[in-house]
Amino acid sequence: METAASVLAVTVLGTDRPGIVADVTAALAGVGGNLEDSTMTLLRGHFAMVVLVRTERPVAEIEAALAPLTTDGRLAALVRALPVGEAAAPSGAVFTLRVHGADRPGIVAAITQVVADNGGTIVDLGTRLSRGLYVLTAELQLPVGATPVRLEEQLTAVARQVGVEVHLDPVDDDLL
Amino acid sequence: MSEGAARPRPAWVMPALRAGRVRPVVTAPDPVLATCGERVDPRDPVIVQLGADLFATQADSPGCVGLAAQQVGIAAQVFSVDVTGHAKTRTCHGRFVLCNTEVVAASRRERGREGCLSVPDLTGDVARARRLTVRGQLPVSGEWVELQTDGFEAVALQHEIDHTQGLIFLDRVAGPGAVHPRRTYL
Repeated sequence: METAASVLAVTVLGTDRPGIVADVTAALAGVGGNLEDSTMTLLRGHFAMVVLVRTERPVAEIEAALAPLTTDGRLAALVRALPVGEAAAPSGAVFTLRVHGADRPGIVAAITQVVADNGGTIVDLGTRLSRGLYVLTAELQLPVGATPVRLEEQLTAVARQVGVEVHLDPVDDDLL
Repeated sequence: MSEGAARPRPAWVMPALRAGRVRPVVTAPDPVLATCGERVDPRDPVIVQLGADLFATQADSPGCVGLAAQQVGIAAQVFSVDVTGHAKTRTCHGRFVLCNTEVVAASRRERGREGCLSVPDLTGDVARARRLTVRGQLPVSGEWVELQTDGFEAVALQHEIDHTQGLIFLDRVAGPGAVHPRRTYL
């Protein structure tokens, strides 16, 4: 249900345990918050959640509703108001980016700088570190009219410098 | 080669339908999209007209390669498919309507990203068979036909058969992270 209410970003981080999602969302529902887009995952055993909440209640009231969940210090919650206005619908060609190689500082920075230099937007990105192997997968969007050839050439060159493999593949939508 | 393998596929011809009318397309979360369709009599003039209307509505929707009865608000096991000319099409049976269709065999599952007229703002990553055999009835004659296909036509058929069973692609997505905002091409 959409109203003229504002949208708040609620971030919850902490030590994982069964029931965090149920507890947090119940607290938000208890103050009339309507959940919109969210992402929730485990990062090496740490719970991480970002959820957009549409509500007419002030930030302080949402913080108060979440406060009982954070008193033992195992979870932290942050509530921030987002700017008013809908984000523009994404446009342009979408690509999947896959990177893997020996772990070292700076891989993500080097790869994403190439994407940024080409006007690309990171739509989604995740990384995993397993023993010495670093893996990055991302979905990115290029500006309308841009071609991936230059991006792919630059990614390959930078990947060689930081010692990783990189693959860029288009993602097609099929209207069925 | 065995005698069975050498046997040619049974040929069938889609009966001609009169011009249909364009019907409004239903969008999620309309409950009809989650309703399993009734089996139908393909010779019933109402069902024949529905098939013609699916053709007309599909033709009126740019880029649309299939349409099921649920998408025009009717919970029935009827759909149309036409992948003619699509860049990913391999085997193509042209434009046809099938009724009471079921999957006989499916293999070579691959993941693709699909959208749907009835879910206008989202796409989803769905694994579907790229080798497919289905069995269904033609409108008008009610003839049972078996259709073997692959690639894009196979994907379209599974998407439409799902609709007739009350399933949309969101019921099949590969997991969290597999639902995306639909892109614009402006």
